[in-house]
Amino acid sequence: MPTQANYAALDGLHTFPRLLFNHARTRPNAPAMREKYLGIWQTWSWSEVAERVRALACGLSELGFKRGDNLAIIGDNRPHLYMMMAAAQCLGGVPVPLYQDAVAAEMLFVLQDAEIRFAIVEDQEQVDKLLEVRDQLPALAHIVYDDPRGMRHYNQPFLHDIHELMEMGRIHDRNHPGFINDEVEKGHYDDTSVMLYTSGTTGKPKGVCQTHAAFIAAAQGGVQVDRMGANGDILSYLPMAWVGDHLFSYAQALVAGFTINCPESGDTVMSDLREIGPTYYFAPPRVFESLLTSVMIRMEDAGKLKYKLFHHFMDVAKRCGADILDGKSVSLGDRFQYWLGNLIVYGPLRNVLGMSRIRVAYTAGAAIGPDLFKFYRSIGINLKQFYGQTETCAYVCMQPNGEIKFDSVGRPAPGVDIKIADNGEVLVKGPMLLKEYYKRPDATAESINGDGYFLTGDAGFLDEDGHLKIIDRAKDVGKLSNGAMFAPNYIENKLKFFQYVKEAVCFGANREQVCTFINIDMGAVGNWAERRGIAYAGYTDLACKPEVLELLRECIEQVNADLVHDTMMADSQVHRFLVLHKELDPDDDELTRTRKVRRNFVAEKYKVLIDALYEGKANQFIETEVKFEDGRRGKVSADLKIVDAKTFPIAKKAA
Amino acid sequence: MSKKIGDVILDLQNISLRFGGVKALTDISFDVREHEIRSIIGPNGAGKSSMLNVINGVYHPQDGKIFWHGQERRKMEPHMAAQQNIARTFQNIALFKGMSVLDNIMTGRITKMKSNFIEHALWFGRAKNEELEHRRKVEEVIDFLEIQHIRKTPVGRLPYGLQKRVELGRALAAEPSMLLLDEPMAGMNVEEKQDMCRFILDVNDQFGTTIVLIEHDMGVVMDISDRVVVLDYGKKIGDGLPDDVKNNEDVIRAYLGAGH
Repeated sequence: MPTQANYAALDGLHTFPRLLFNHARTRPNAPAMREKYLGIWQTWSWSEVAERVRALACGLSELGFKRGDNLAIIGDNRPHLYMMMAAAQCLGGVPVPLYQDAVAAEMLFVLQDAEIRFAIVEDQEQVDKLLEVRDQLPALAHIVYDDPRGMRHYNQPFLHDIHELMEMGRIHDRNHPGFINDEVEKGHYDDTSVMLYTSGTTGKPKGVCQTHAAFIAAAQGGVQVDRMGANGDILSYLPMAWVGDHLFSYAQALVAGFTINCPESGDTVMSDLREIGPTYYFAPPRVFESLLTSVMIRMEDAGKLKYKLFHHFMDVAKRCGADILDGKSVSLGDRFQYWLGNLIVYGPLRNVLGMSRIRVAYTAGAAIGPDLFKFYRSIGINLKQFYGQTETCAYVCMQPNGEIKFDSVGRPAPGVDIKIADNGEVLVKGPMLLKEYYKRPDATAESINGDGYFLTGDAGFLDEDGHLKIIDRAKDVGKLSNGAMFAPNYIENKLKFFQYVKEAVCFGANREQVCTFINIDMGAVGNWAERRGIAYAGYTDLACKPEVLELLRECIEQVNADLVHDTMMADSQVHRFLVLHKELDPDDDELTRTRKVRRNFVAEKYKVLIDALYEGKANQFIETEVKFEDGRRGKVSADLKIVDAKTFPIAKKAA
Repeated sequence: MSKKIGDVILDLQNISLRFGGVKALTDISFDVREHEIRSIIGPNGAGKSSMLNVINGVYHPQDGKIFWHGQERRKMEPHMAAQQNIARTFQNIALFKGMSVLDNIMTGRITKMKSNFIEHALWFGRAKNEELEHRRKVEEVIDFLEIQHIRKTPVGRLPYGLQKRVELGRALAAEPSMLLLDEPMAGMNVEEKQDMCRFILDVNDQFGTTIVLIEHDMGVVMDISDRVVVLDYGKKIGDGLPDDVKNNEDVIRAYLGAGH
């Protein structure tokens, strides 16, 4: 719980609806939300947002939404969906955002588990999904949709256009003027403010109940560390069901009062980013990676002069850029060169990336490659990492300005207490811990120990400066048959730092050596192949090209050369690998919706390939069923070559 | 789905078209009703595209009469068709490759623009307000076809399926009451075809646009058409509801050959 002192500072603003109405009172005309509509950015001020939230809340109440009800939210980041979130909270209800790209059957579990009676969805596509499983959801009473397109012939009485709902609410509000204020007053900081489902890397998803107090504490801590003000902009484009988006686009936006910007569609994020030029930006490493890849691909096509200039100044930036950002001492000559570079390379580059105005950019969710990380920092983008999970409001460790280490996730955030258990597991305690798992007292009890520490399930250690380093999931850390530590994620991340490698899955627990599956990055490798005049027809064909295998062998050998210097991991050098014939895909259950590899599932599914790797075979035939987006099925088959990679002898420790 | 099919708006009577000694169309009669999806099918060289060209005034038939909203149409040029709210897409994509998607669709608004060349060149008078208004319409089309992400991309850089969609967009920008589509799905993969079908149905449903469609994919035609007319060697061999046409012996013979 936040301390008493915190509450004094909050001035009674200890729930999200109170924060919202306070912004509407104190700075009614400041922009709260933006959305691009018909090619033009439309702005809603705080007072307009508050008015709509009020209307929506009254409308919901008119439909019978009561304190304690759960409201499913399904769709891309749309202002109305964020408003609905606040509207549900006004009435003491709990918004439950779902991953919008999941198919109906996948949503079913969450919808049933959360006993959803009300749902707000973005468009016809999501309505259709709900209608598809409606017979298995007897509790579902009302569906509200935001975009009326294509809905003309849907005349079911339980479907409501959001504008109708608002109109209904406005009438209700006129007839019961004090109603909403009373409902908001009833809200308590200890109430559950939102329920976010874990992605279910292990078993069924669990609903994590977070209180207003927890998310407000987490948001305040972040705002405090980065000294964020009310006049910022953030691009809200990551799934609303993900804890990070809830923290940045909802909790922090309401605490600090900055503007959230919703992109036009998933495909336009890059151009919207350029147009908005956010001051505050969050992206998982893979987004930063694909941005960099696209820049590098385009630089390859640039003229000689531009190419030379770019690489010259990138070398300068590599040498001194990060130090300048951290405020360390740098020689005058380098400073001048960097200034020049900023004028003709870094500045324009930041502009192209849409990062000209960025004050803080964050990445988390997976390890970020040191080269990648350094690249962004060296061109003057204050990219930082944080660490956290759904159960801790994505708020455990943050990198403070000026103390950035590439391989750590930073110091414990304000108010957070960290301990390392005997088995290496990271334990955390603080105001941002979950209230409970929904209807799962057993899981709640398991995840919090007697002293009130939450068991993160991650293995890590604190370094000499008190920075936390994460190695891997605690349960994934195993041992090779010679007893050396095997942390698959650690090796996979090293592999994924190469632009050609999109995904890697390492095996080696209780075995003599490490072998790995690789997914190539279609963009980077495709471009590489075109440049060399290698013809290919689609992913499978490209993945089997001997030249590509050779390229990857070099990557892996570099990783091996790197690993051999790592005292703990020297035995984990990769001996053999193969390139998978298809991309791992959440539609085939190989990745979670947050795009993490489901290790055991993959191991099970591709058992023949693993056997082939360890039996020393030179190739192996495989046929796999794949699901297409529209639900059809097909087969992909290939004869995969298995390649040996060079390993390096481990230097004996000096006595 | 219930939709109101209105009166006959286009009536073609005994149309014959010859190019020298080649008879492209011989004595063909059929009509198109308001708000319907009317398909023209037939084997290669049956005269389908010629038929479409007759409808929008590119070709002038030697014999026969054409009634448009009950009035007999005399000699007509393609630009007059455009003014009468008939828009079309082409079998081979006919877009301006070097121009952006936005500009290409904007050209579909040309018949609606009132300001003259000088006003446009100097950007004064009616030109500015008009441009804003047309831009809004174009954005509505872009939103409708879900091509926001390629708004500023030169058309020549787009894959084929998207180019087809842009071409449909340009036709839609003219806010036509009748839309002629010449093989809108040729060369597309299954997913692109599904998208295109959905757009055609949505156009028909939401804007009430009458659609005359030439298409080779029988699955598509039978699925989305209200009525189908079948041509073979320039002659009409079938006309009616999709199910009737499917079971018509002449049609089966034309497609599969005798003996089936």
